[in-house]
Amino acid sequence: MSEDRAVADAEGEIRTMNMIQAINSALDVCMGRDDAIVILGEDVGYFGGVFKATEHLQKKYGKSRIFDTPITECGIIGVAVGMSAYGLRPVPEIQFADYIYPGLDQLVSEAARIRYRSAGEFTAPITVRTPFGGGIFGGQTHSQSPEALFTHVSGVKTVIPSNPYDAKGLLIAAIEDNDPVIFFEPKRIYNGPFDGHYDKPVTPWAKHPQSAVPEGYYRIPLGKASVVREGEAVTLLCYGTMVHVALGVAEASGVDIEVIDLRTLVPLDIETIKASVEKTGRCIVLHEATRTSGFGAELAATVQERCFYHLEAPVERVTGWDTPYPHSLEWAYFPGPVRLNEALKRVMEG
Amino acid sequence: MAKDQPGRNLPPLSLHVPEPKFRPGDAVDYADFDRGQAGAVTRPSIDASPSDMRDHAYSLIRVLDDAGHAVGPWDPKLDPDRLRGILRHMALTRAFDDRMYRVQRQGKTSFYMKCTGEEATSVAAAYALASDDMCFPSYRQQGLLIARNWSLQDMMCQIYSNAGDRLKGRQLPIMYSVKEASFFSISGNLTTQFPQAVGFAMASASKGDTRIAACWCGEGSTAEGDFHSACTFAAVYRAPVILNIINNQWAISSFSGIAGAEATTFAARGIGYGIASLRVDGNDALAVYAATEWAAERARGNHGPTMIEFFTYRAEGHSTSDDPSKYRSAEERGAWPLGDPIVRLKDHLIKLGEWDEERHAAMDKELAEFVREEGRKAEAQGTLHDGLSQPFTTMFEDIFEEMPWHLKEQSEAMQAERKAAGV
Repeated sequence: MSEDRAVADAEGEIRTMNMIQAINSALDVCMGRDDAIVILGEDVGYFGGVFKATEHLQKKYGKSRIFDTPITECGIIGVAVGMSAYGLRPVPEIQFADYIYPGLDQLVSEAARIRYRSAGEFTAPITVRTPFGGGIFGGQTHSQSPEALFTHVSGVKTVIPSNPYDAKGLLIAAIEDNDPVIFFEPKRIYNGPFDGHYDKPVTPWAKHPQSAVPEGYYRIPLGKASVVREGEAVTLLCYGTMVHVALGVAEASGVDIEVIDLRTLVPLDIETIKASVEKTGRCIVLHEATRTSGFGAELAATVQERCFYHLEAPVERVTGWDTPYPHSLEWAYFPGPVRLNEALKRVMEG
Repeated sequence: MAKDQPGRNLPPLSLHVPEPKFRPGDAVDYADFDRGQAGAVTRPSIDASPSDMRDHAYSLIRVLDDAGHAVGPWDPKLDPDRLRGILRHMALTRAFDDRMYRVQRQGKTSFYMKCTGEEATSVAAAYALASDDMCFPSYRQQGLLIARNWSLQDMMCQIYSNAGDRLKGRQLPIMYSVKEASFFSISGNLTTQFPQAVGFAMASASKGDTRIAACWCGEGSTAEGDFHSACTFAAVYRAPVILNIINNQWAISSFSGIAGAEATTFAARGIGYGIASLRVDGNDALAVYAATEWAAERARGNHGPTMIEFFTYRAEGHSTSDDPSKYRSAEERGAWPLGDPIVRLKDHLIKLGEWDEERHAAMDKELAEFVREEGRKAEAQGTLHDGLSQPFTTMFEDIFEEMPWHLKEQSEAMQAERKAAGV
């Protein structure tokens, strides 16, 4: 955190923001600085988006720069590729990550490959914003975490913030990046951090230090993880909503856990991970997505490759189950504190 | 770029972004809307060539006139019992919606979607189809199930994700699946059901069966690629399928212009594919019935698919998750030039001397009581937040026919986890 602040070079007054407000502020700042930035997506214009992330922006910047689209994710991302061929920097919103699949061909085969196949003649500086993750009783089509589908694609950067301050700084960096970025927004924590204790009242962001967000411009570099809690006993790798679950367990368990918020999955901050695991000798990876071929598999393999001789126990994966996200049983799916504690016991005994 | 080339002196281009006529607070006036005359549109033969009936994609088939008379060649001439049946099922659909909306507001479930104002597009269509014709609905066709006399209690148990939920609490409320009523499992992803309906119809045709298929989507989701893939297959193989577009004017906050309505009609989407296309007053139950009946006969006669745009109005919000007063004028609903489907059919029956206001009021009361009673039975089996109604292990079932080792392992880990959590 302190490191972020140092590199941030932030402008403007500090204001308390939730995730939505921070994302809105990032979009506002970027649109104000660069008229090549355009926003398109379902309901993003007059209505300001179903989660209100683009509220007031159409009024401020006009319909040529932020507009509603037909309901076609293929069209939204394909049009963004064409706009970037002209020289714009589109920031499309896909209303829910669960709806992104019809746009995959344009993202995977086109946006991600344009620089390579044209040897740099054309690029696709697109930032696809999309809410993801569960814990809101959204059923299987409003809850998925498909990040591993994108980390598997050569040519796309994958970014996932866990708090308002990071969300704004990372989004600005993503928009200014000259390659396509998919920016997953953990919708469970739009309005407040969530430690996985679903039966307790929600804490608003206002009580969290990372809700203090500069009103102006700053960026958090892509590819840089954040050590959100220092510890000596075990390294916990996580991102998005799971950062708060990890911190909750770290406080309650009495184990000296080092929690690393990866923030960017591709490119991965291998140095921070390596330094931590070499120090602790133990590692847990935690994500909400399904287990098999999830990003946790990549993390476990990487830690094993780079830190094998430092490891005191097998790397543990704590994840959602390999099931669709069930509506009424969502807390049985969600990798909450109990599942994490069980893994913590195993990794500490190992 | 043009500016960099001296002498080109071209006017600057500008981007057109459609804007609805009315926003919150605006006075609503539909004087510009041409609804045509009831009874004025011709009824082609069921084997008409799509190229000979292109006008039908741009006109509006209407049967009930403003005085409540059924007029013109599309009058399906239904007997009064059948008319009363359609009326009753539309009213029952509305009563069901009203109650389910209320229970969501009471916190007994997570989500609900009403079809208020659009009841005719499902109920009258169901009446015109055979009971085993396969329906591939979107999320606002509860009227199909209700018209097929499916159990309200069963639907409510799904909405509550309770012990009686045949879908084991897995699906978002209203995402029904009722194979027994020839009603396909609803997806939250849009228009995926269109190519599926075409595929079902192709299968039925390839096996020499007599069942046809029908699917429904909103005007907004005609933009999805699946819609266009479905049209191509339907036309190429002359699939016995009815492709219904419910043009209810709004896709959450996006008006129909964002889906293309400024330039053409949605029915006209079919013309380019060579599909017979009809545009129909969706708030006129008799017109809905007649158009569906025409399309069904055409399909059964091996004359190919039909696209039908039902022109209607989404009288309520998209779902319990949005507030329509934030993006459209509250006056639209009252000013809608095609009225309310239940009121219009009621007035027609009264005109025929087959119904009266007292009987209607008594029916509404009886239906509300029936829905309440079904609700009591459903709630006796639990509501969403009453604690878990399904065994934890059910979440690992039905992923595959046989459970592979890794899911068995995860199921066991889940049970150990619950034990550790003391639940």
